[in-house]
Amino acid sequence: MILTILSVILIVSGLVFFFGAAVGLMRFPDFYSRMHAAGKGDTLSTLLVISGFALYQFRDIHDFSHDWPVLLVVLKLLAIVVFIYLTSPTSTSALADAGWEDGIDPVIEPGRENHLEDDCHRTPPSSPQP
Amino acid sequence: MESRAARSPLYSALIFGVLMVIWVVFSGFLDPFHLSLGLISCGIVTWLSSGLLFDDQSIPIRRRAVQTVRFISYMVWLTWQIVLSNIAVLKLAFAPRSSLQPQIVRYRTPLKTDFEKFLLANSITLTPGTVTIKILGDIFYIHAIDDGAASGLNGEMDRRIARIFETREP
Repeated sequence: MILTILSVILIVSGLVFFFGAAVGLMRFPDFYSRMHAAGKGDTLSTLLVISGFALYQFRDIHDFSHDWPVLLVVLKLLAIVVFIYLTSPTSTSALADAGWEDGIDPVIEPGRENHLEDDCHRTPPSSPQP
Repeated sequence: MESRAARSPLYSALIFGVLMVIWVVFSGFLDPFHLSLGLISCGIVTWLSSGLLFDDQSIPIRRRAVQTVRFISYMVWLTWQIVLSNIAVLKLAFAPRSSLQPQIVRYRTPLKTDFEKFLLANSITLTPGTVTIKILGDIFYIHAIDDGAASGLNGEMDRRIARIFETREP
Protein backbone atom coordinates (compact mmCIF):
# COMPACT_ATOMS: atom_id res chain seq x y z
CA MET A 1 0.00 0.00 0.00
CA ILE A 2 2.79 2.42 0.93
CA LEU A 3 4.66 1.40 -2.22
CA THR A 4 1.60 2.16 -4.33
CA ILE A 5 1.19 5.60 -2.74
CA LEU A 6 4.90 6.40 -3.21
CA SER A 7 4.85 5.35 -6.85
CA VAL A 8 1.70 7.39 -7.49
CA ILE A 9 3.42 10.43 -5.93
CA LEU A 10 6.47 9.92 -8.17
CA ILE A 11 4.38 9.50 -11.33
CA VAL A 12 2.15 12.50 -10.57
CA SER A 13 5.12 14.78 -9.81
CA GLY A 14 6.68 13.61 -13.08
CA LEU A 15 3.50 14.64 -14.87
CA VAL A 16 3.55 18.06 -13.14
CA PHE A 17 7.06 18.68 -14.48
CA PHE A 18 5.97 17.48 -17.94
CA PHE A 19 3.12 19.99 -17.76
CA GLY A 20 5.52 22.77 -16.76
CA ALA A 21 7.80 21.86 -19.67
CA ALA A 22 4.85 21.95 -22.09
CA VAL A 23 3.72 25.36 -20.83
CA GLY A 24 7.30 26.65 -21.07
CA LEU A 25 7.51 25.32 -24.61
CA MET A 26 4.49 27.42 -25.56
CA ARG A 27 5.35 30.59 -23.65
CA PHE A 28 9.11 31.09 -24.00
CA PRO A 29 10.03 33.73 -26.57
CA ASP A 30 12.38 31.93 -28.97
CA PHE A 31 13.69 28.59 -30.14
CA TYR A 32 16.66 28.54 -27.75
CA SER A 33 14.66 29.34 -24.62
CA ARG A 34 12.20 26.64 -25.59
CA MET A 35 15.05 24.14 -25.66
CA HIS A 36 15.45 24.80 -21.92
CA ALA A 37 11.92 23.63 -21.27
CA ALA A 38 12.11 20.67 -23.64
CA GLY A 39 15.56 19.40 -22.65
CA LYS A 40 15.26 19.65 -18.88
CA GLY A 41 11.61 18.81 -18.50
CA ASP A 42 12.01 15.54 -20.38
CA THR A 43 14.89 14.27 -18.33
CA LEU A 44 13.50 14.70 -14.84
CA SER A 45 9.91 13.83 -15.77
CA THR A 46 10.97 10.58 -17.42
CA LEU A 47 13.18 9.77 -14.44
CA LEU A 48 10.32 10.36 -11.98
CA VAL A 49 7.65 8.51 -13.98
CA ILE A 50 9.88 5.50 -14.66
CA SER A 51 11.08 5.33 -11.04
CA GLY A 52 7.41 5.30 -10.12
CA PHE A 53 6.86 2.33 -12.44
CA ALA A 54 9.93 0.57 -11.00
CA LEU A 55 8.73 1.08 -7.44
CA TYR A 56 5.28 -0.18 -8.38
CA GLN A 57 6.88 -3.44 -9.57
CA PHE A 58 8.13 -4.20 -6.04
CA ARG A 59 4.50 -4.51 -4.97
CA ASP A 60 4.44 -7.89 -6.73
CA ILE A 61 7.30 -9.38 -4.72
CA HIS A 62 5.97 -11.58 -1.93
CA ASP A 63 8.34 -14.53 -1.95
CA PHE A 64 11.73 -13.49 -3.25
CA SER A 65 12.95 -16.94 -4.33
CA HIS A 66 9.89 -17.23 -6.58
CA ASP A 67 9.30 -13.62 -7.60
CA TRP A 68 12.89 -12.53 -8.39
CA PRO A 69 12.24 -12.10 -12.16
CA VAL A 70 10.44 -8.87 -11.22
CA LEU A 71 13.90 -7.45 -10.51
CA LEU A 72 14.77 -7.94 -14.19
CA VAL A 73 11.85 -5.66 -15.12
CA VAL A 74 13.12 -3.05 -12.65
CA LEU A 75 16.63 -3.24 -14.15
CA LYS A 76 15.22 -2.81 -17.66
CA LEU A 77 13.29 0.27 -16.53
CA LEU A 78 16.51 1.66 -15.03
CA ALA A 79 18.26 1.03 -18.36
CA ILE A 80 15.64 3.29 -20.02
CA VAL A 81 16.47 6.02 -17.48
CA VAL A 82 20.19 5.71 -18.26
CA PHE A 83 19.55 6.07 -22.01
CA ILE A 84 17.34 9.13 -21.46
CA TYR A 85 20.06 10.68 -19.27
CA LEU A 86 22.61 10.24 -22.03
CA THR A 87 20.50 11.17 -25.04
CA SER A 88 18.20 13.94 -23.84
CA PRO A 89 20.81 16.63 -23.09
CA THR A 90 22.90 15.56 -26.09
CA SER A 91 19.97 15.95 -28.48
CA THR A 92 19.08 19.28 -26.85
CA SER A 93 22.56 20.62 -27.61
CA ALA A 94 22.53 19.10 -31.08
CA LEU A 95 19.19 20.75 -31.88
CA ALA A 96 20.30 24.13 -30.50
CA ASP A 97 23.50 23.93 -32.56
CA ALA A 98 21.57 22.90 -35.68
CA GLY A 99 19.20 25.82 -35.12
CA TRP A 100 22.13 28.22 -34.93
CA GLU A 101 23.76 26.81 -38.06
CA ASP A 102 20.45 27.07 -39.87
CA GLY A 103 20.22 30.79 -39.17
CA ILE A 104 17.67 31.02 -36.35
CA ASP A 105 18.40 34.26 -34.52
CA PRO A 106 18.07 34.15 -30.74
CA VAL A 107 16.09 36.74 -28.82
CA ILE A 108 18.70 38.52 -26.70
CA GLU A 109 17.75 40.81 -23.83
CA PRO A 110 18.87 44.38 -24.64
CA GLY A 111 22.23 45.11 -23.05
CA ARG A 112 23.21 41.44 -22.68
CA GLU A 113 25.92 39.59 -24.60
CA ASN A 114 25.70 37.34 -27.63
CA HIS A 115 29.24 36.00 -27.82
CA LEU A 116 28.30 33.36 -30.36
CA GLU A 117 27.38 36.10 -32.84
CA ASP A 118 30.73 37.83 -32.16
CA ASP A 119 32.93 34.76 -32.59
CA CYS A 120 31.22 32.38 -34.90
CA HIS A 121 30.25 33.47 -38.38
CA ARG A 122 27.63 31.19 -39.76
CA THR A 123 27.76 29.57 -43.12
CA PRO A 124 24.85 31.06 -45.07
CA PRO A 125 21.80 28.78 -45.17
CA SER A 126 21.75 26.56 -48.22
CA SER A 127 18.09 27.20 -49.00
CA PRO A 128 16.41 30.63 -48.98
CA GLN A 129 14.41 31.45 -45.86
CA PRO A 130 10.65 31.04 -46.35
CA MET B 1 43.84 1.33 -37.95
CA GLU B 2 43.33 0.43 -34.33
CA SER B 3 46.23 -0.54 -32.15
CA ARG B 4 45.60 -4.16 -31.26
CA ALA B 5 48.75 -4.30 -29.17
CA ALA B 6 47.25 -1.89 -26.63
CA ARG B 7 44.50 -4.33 -25.65
CA SER B 8 44.77 -5.83 -22.23
CA PRO B 9 43.22 -9.19 -21.30
CA LEU B 10 41.91 -7.74 -18.03
CA TYR B 11 39.95 -5.15 -19.98
CA SER B 12 38.59 -7.83 -22.32
CA ALA B 13 37.40 -9.78 -19.28
CA LEU B 14 35.78 -6.62 -17.88
CA ILE B 15 33.98 -5.84 -21.15
CA PHE B 16 32.85 -9.46 -21.45
CA GLY B 17 31.49 -9.31 -17.90
CA VAL B 18 29.58 -6.09 -18.55
CA LEU B 19 28.09 -7.45 -21.79
CA MET B 20 27.11 -10.72 -20.11
CA VAL B 21 25.32 -8.93 -17.25
CA ILE B 22 23.38 -6.85 -19.81
CA TRP B 23 22.55 -10.04 -21.75
CA VAL B 24 21.18 -11.81 -18.68
CA VAL B 25 19.12 -8.79 -17.60
CA PHE B 26 17.61 -8.25 -21.04
CA SER B 27 17.00 -11.91 -21.82
CA GLY B 28 15.69 -13.07 -18.46
CA PHE B 29 16.19 -16.76 -19.34
CA LEU B 30 18.71 -18.66 -17.27
CA ASP B 31 18.54 -22.07 -19.03
CA PRO B 32 21.74 -23.49 -20.62
CA PHE B 33 20.54 -22.84 -24.18
CA HIS B 34 20.01 -19.09 -23.78
CA LEU B 35 23.09 -18.68 -21.57
CA SER B 36 25.32 -20.37 -24.14
CA LEU B 37 23.87 -18.12 -26.86
CA GLY B 38 24.81 -15.18 -24.64
CA LEU B 39 28.32 -16.52 -24.05
CA ILE B 40 28.88 -16.87 -27.81
CA SER B 41 27.46 -13.43 -28.68
CA CYS B 42 29.33 -11.61 -25.92
CA GLY B 43 32.53 -13.45 -26.85
CA ILE B 44 32.23 -12.35 -30.49
CA VAL B 45 31.41 -8.74 -29.55
CA THR B 46 34.32 -8.61 -27.07
CA TRP B 47 36.67 -10.01 -29.70
CA LEU B 48 35.50 -7.58 -32.40
CA SER B 49 35.15 -4.36 -30.46
CA SER B 50 37.09 -4.51 -27.22
CA GLY B 51 39.07 -1.46 -28.34
CA LEU B 52 35.94 0.71 -28.53
CA LEU B 53 34.64 0.90 -24.98
CA PHE B 54 37.83 2.03 -23.22
CA ASP B 55 40.32 4.25 -25.08
CA ASP B 56 43.33 3.84 -22.89
CA GLN B 57 43.73 0.28 -21.67
CA SER B 58 47.02 1.00 -19.93
CA ILE B 59 45.16 2.60 -17.02
CA PRO B 60 44.94 0.08 -14.16
CA ILE B 61 41.50 -1.42 -13.56
CA ARG B 62 41.73 -0.30 -9.93
CA ARG B 63 41.76 3.36 -10.96
CA ARG B 64 38.81 2.73 -13.28
CA ALA B 65 36.90 1.36 -10.30
CA VAL B 66 37.70 4.50 -8.27
CA GLN B 67 36.56 6.66 -11.21
CA THR B 68 33.33 4.68 -11.49
CA VAL B 69 32.50 5.24 -7.82
CA ARG B 70 33.24 8.97 -8.13
CA PHE B 71 31.21 9.11 -11.36
CA ILE B 72 28.18 7.61 -9.62
CA SER B 73 28.40 10.12 -6.77
CA TYR B 74 28.68 12.88 -9.38
CA MET B 75 25.49 11.56 -11.03
CA VAL B 76 23.70 11.78 -7.67
CA TRP B 77 24.77 15.43 -7.33
CA LEU B 78 23.73 16.06 -10.96
CA THR B 79 20.30 14.55 -10.37
CA TRP B 80 19.77 17.01 -7.53
CA GLN B 81 20.80 19.84 -9.90
CA ILE B 82 18.24 18.56 -12.42
CA VAL B 83 15.52 18.73 -9.76
CA LEU B 84 16.48 22.37 -9.03
CA SER B 85 16.59 23.13 -12.75
CA ASN B 86 13.11 21.73 -13.35
CA ILE B 87 11.68 23.76 -10.48
CA ALA B 88 13.30 26.82 -12.10
CA VAL B 89 11.76 26.01 -15.50
CA LEU B 90 8.40 25.41 -13.86
CA LYS B 91 8.57 28.84 -12.20
CA LEU B 92 9.70 30.60 -15.38
CA ALA B 93 6.97 28.92 -17.42
CA PHE B 94 4.34 30.67 -15.34
CA ALA B 95 6.28 33.90 -14.75
CA PRO B 96 5.70 37.10 -16.75
CA ARG B 97 7.80 37.51 -19.89
CA SER B 98 10.00 40.22 -18.34
CA SER B 99 11.62 37.75 -15.93
CA LEU B 100 13.67 36.29 -18.78
CA GLN B 101 16.95 37.85 -19.88
CA PRO B 102 18.13 35.49 -22.64
CA GLN B 103 21.79 35.80 -23.60
CA ILE B 104 24.60 33.72 -25.07
CA VAL B 105 27.83 33.68 -23.09
CA ARG B 106 31.32 32.38 -23.73
CA TYR B 107 32.78 29.93 -21.25
CA ARG B 108 36.33 28.60 -21.25
CA THR B 109 36.99 25.22 -19.68
CA PRO B 110 40.27 23.76 -18.44
CA LEU B 111 39.03 20.22 -19.19
CA LYS B 112 41.00 18.39 -21.88
CA THR B 113 39.61 15.02 -22.93
CA ASP B 114 36.56 14.57 -25.16
CA PHE B 115 34.69 12.55 -22.55
CA GLU B 116 35.16 15.24 -19.89
CA LYS B 117 33.91 17.90 -22.31
CA PHE B 118 30.94 15.73 -23.25
CA LEU B 119 30.11 15.28 -19.57
CA LEU B 120 30.46 19.03 -18.93
CA ALA B 121 28.28 19.94 -21.93
CA ASN B 122 25.54 17.54 -20.83
CA SER B 123 25.78 18.73 -17.23
CA ILE B 124 25.50 22.37 -18.27
CA THR B 125 22.44 21.54 -20.33
CA LEU B 126 20.83 19.75 -17.40
CA THR B 127 21.53 22.37 -14.72
CA PRO B 128 19.31 25.40 -14.12
CA GLY B 129 18.93 27.98 -16.88
CA THR B 130 21.77 27.00 -19.21
CA VAL B 131 21.97 25.08 -22.49
CA THR B 132 25.21 24.33 -24.34
CA ILE B 133 24.88 25.37 -27.99
CA LYS B 134 28.35 24.90 -29.37
CA ILE B 135 31.81 23.72 -28.38
CA LEU B 136 34.81 25.08 -30.29
CA GLY B 137 38.01 23.72 -28.75
CA ASP B 138 38.11 24.94 -25.15
CA ILE B 139 35.29 27.43 -25.53
CA PHE B 140 31.69 26.57 -24.80
CA TYR B 141 28.89 28.81 -26.09
CA ILE B 142 26.05 28.68 -23.61
CA HIS B 143 22.53 30.01 -23.87
CA ALA B 144 21.53 31.34 -20.46
CA ILE B 145 17.91 32.12 -19.81
CA ASP B 146 18.50 34.83 -17.19
CA ASP B 147 21.27 36.76 -15.46
CA GLY B 148 21.40 34.41 -12.48
CA ALA B 149 22.03 31.39 -14.71
CA ALA B 150 24.76 33.24 -16.63
CA SER B 151 26.61 34.19 -13.45
CA GLY B 152 26.22 30.65 -12.12
CA LEU B 153 28.85 29.38 -14.58
CA ASN B 154 31.74 29.77 -12.18
CA GLY B 155 33.79 26.64 -12.73
CA GLU B 156 32.41 24.58 -9.85
CA MET B 157 31.20 21.94 -12.27
CA ASP B 158 34.61 21.77 -13.99
CA ARG B 159 36.23 21.10 -10.64
CA ARG B 160 33.77 18.34 -9.83
CA ILE B 161 34.35 16.69 -13.22
CA ALA B 162 38.13 17.08 -12.98
CA ARG B 163 38.00 15.43 -9.56
CA ILE B 164 36.37 12.29 -11.04
CA PHE B 165 39.26 11.70 -13.43
CA GLU B 166 42.21 13.01 -11.44
CA THR B 167 45.07 10.54 -11.29
CA ARG B 168 45.91 10.92 -7.61
CA GLU B 169 44.74 7.95 -5.55
CA PRO B 170 42.36 8.96 -2.76
